[in-house]
Amino acid sequence: MKALGALGWIDLAALFTFVFAPIGASFIFSFNSDRFPTLPLGHFTTDWYARAFSRPEVWEAIGNSLIVATATSVIATFIGFATAYTDFRYGFRFKQAYLALALLPPTLPLVILGLAMLAWLSQIGLSGTLTGIIIAHVVLAIPFAMAICRLRLSQMDPSLEAAAWNLGAGQWTAMRHVILPFCAPAIGSALCLTAAVSFDEFVVVWFVSGLNRTVPVLILEILQGNVDPQINAIGTVVFLTSISLVVAAQVMIFRRRRDG
Amino acid sequence: MSRSRRIDLYSTLWRLPLLVWQGLFFVVPLVFMAAMSFWLVKNYRMEPAFVFDNRSKMLGRGAFWDAYWLTLGRAALAGVLATVIAFPASLFLSFRLSESGRRFALLCLIVPFLTSFLVRAYAWQVILAESGPVNAVLGSVGLGPFTMLNSGVGAMVGYLTLVLPLVVIFQTWSLAAIDRSLIEAAGNLGAAPWRVLVSVIIPAAKTGLVLGAVFAFIMTFGDFVSPFYLGGSKPPTLTILIIDTAKSGQQWPRAAVVALMMIATLFAVATAALKAAYGRRG
Repeated sequence: MKALGALGWIDLAALFTFVFAPIGASFIFSFNSDRFPTLPLGHFTTDWYARAFSRPEVWEAIGNSLIVATATSVIATFIGFATAYTDFRYGFRFKQAYLALALLPPTLPLVILGLAMLAWLSQIGLSGTLTGIIIAHVVLAIPFAMAICRLRLSQMDPSLEAAAWNLGAGQWTAMRHVILPFCAPAIGSALCLTAAVSFDEFVVVWFVSGLNRTVPVLILEILQGNVDPQINAIGTVVFLTSISLVVAAQVMIFRRRRDG
Repeated sequence: MSRSRRIDLYSTLWRLPLLVWQGLFFVVPLVFMAAMSFWLVKNYRMEPAFVFDNRSKMLGRGAFWDAYWLTLGRAALAGVLATVIAFPASLFLSFRLSESGRRFALLCLIVPFLTSFLVRAYAWQVILAESGPVNAVLGSVGLGPFTMLNSGVGAMVGYLTLVLPLVVIFQTWSLAAIDRSLIEAAGNLGAAPWRVLVSVIIPAAKTGLVLGAVFAFIMTFGDFVSPFYLGGSKPPTLTILIIDTAKSGQQWPRAAVVALMMIATLFAVATAALKAAYGRRG
């Protein structure tokens, strides 16, 4: 059992090294002067950041990403909450199919979803628009919003809503004064998480975006041309954005849970 | 009567958003793609039709089936490799670490999902290059240089980077939930450690083990970044075939045929795996 423990420890260390090597390397390379980094490293520089963020197309992509992520998070969180509430409160025929509709999209390869979206959005004249990207991202983000809201609702005593009705509150009043306040942390958390999902997604956007590039699609296009450490600089900023969003999502869920 | 009608309106309003959005923008696009696979392309424009040309053109080609078996084989290999590599680490996380240590490790494993996979693939390109850090270290002890990029090895590095965190999470979730008294009982009855592992721990953690492997398979099967940027895209996988056919050739209907084959394969694999994961334990 000792030997098994040692093996497990070595394997865990190796696995973490392997998984985090590219993340750490990208961060280090973003401050390293060599265009083709090797060991020993070159000297420290912030030149790649300066170069990357002096390009107008980078700022344009950041603008597009912000618009898409904001719109996606609001719409997906609303639909996710509505779905979670429906699942929490009602039983009905075909509920399994209804829930499958909410949870299946992430299991479909993104390349396939991208192709289907491209074909359909071209038919209805939305291919190549930011609206088209938002539509696709909402489809992908709903499951995450739904999962968070559903988790929160499952911590609620179902009789709480019924008690409000007994005290004379209508359905909408009970929703506004009982359910929504209870779910507020989950809704905030879902807004952040769905924004992060949208901010990182590039396959579907690459298919449907046309000339409206988001940040990850810009990275993809730079990667196809001359390989350039500016990617590390942009990637580091994207990473910091995503991680801030997810930490914010975590904090919101956990802080309320402690006093609730 | 009026009360029940109001309830209907209320419940319908909460139920409708999902049905409308996923109906219009998830179900309909997929159905349209299936229909499109029967259409014709003339002068770079699609025309509605009901012909089987796209199927015979794509599925009659050796190149398609080469890509199909390559993709299937790689996905299966990635599933097996990830399961075997992750298992000792998951065992350690589940049985040797404290509750808080385990939670911290799992939280760390969520971080990779937040970093762009493209940026990580690019980092591997640099790390594994002929003149990169790995070869520099190996060269200092007189080995190499090795060519790791633009090969099956390079692609597999990408696949494992993508799937390992999730596989560890699934396995640990399943292993940590095992009733400890079960393991102690087996030990008290004189079972050797490996016997406990094979007869008690692995069967009890079956669900997580199978789900981890299946998700690794699904993610590898549908990934195009690893084969494209680390595997050199030759020979092509099914995802690269779709992108080439749709993007450069404008042959959306033929790309749709490939996509439908992928969906059918994934559906078959997922169904079989779920049966294995939640079926009779033993």
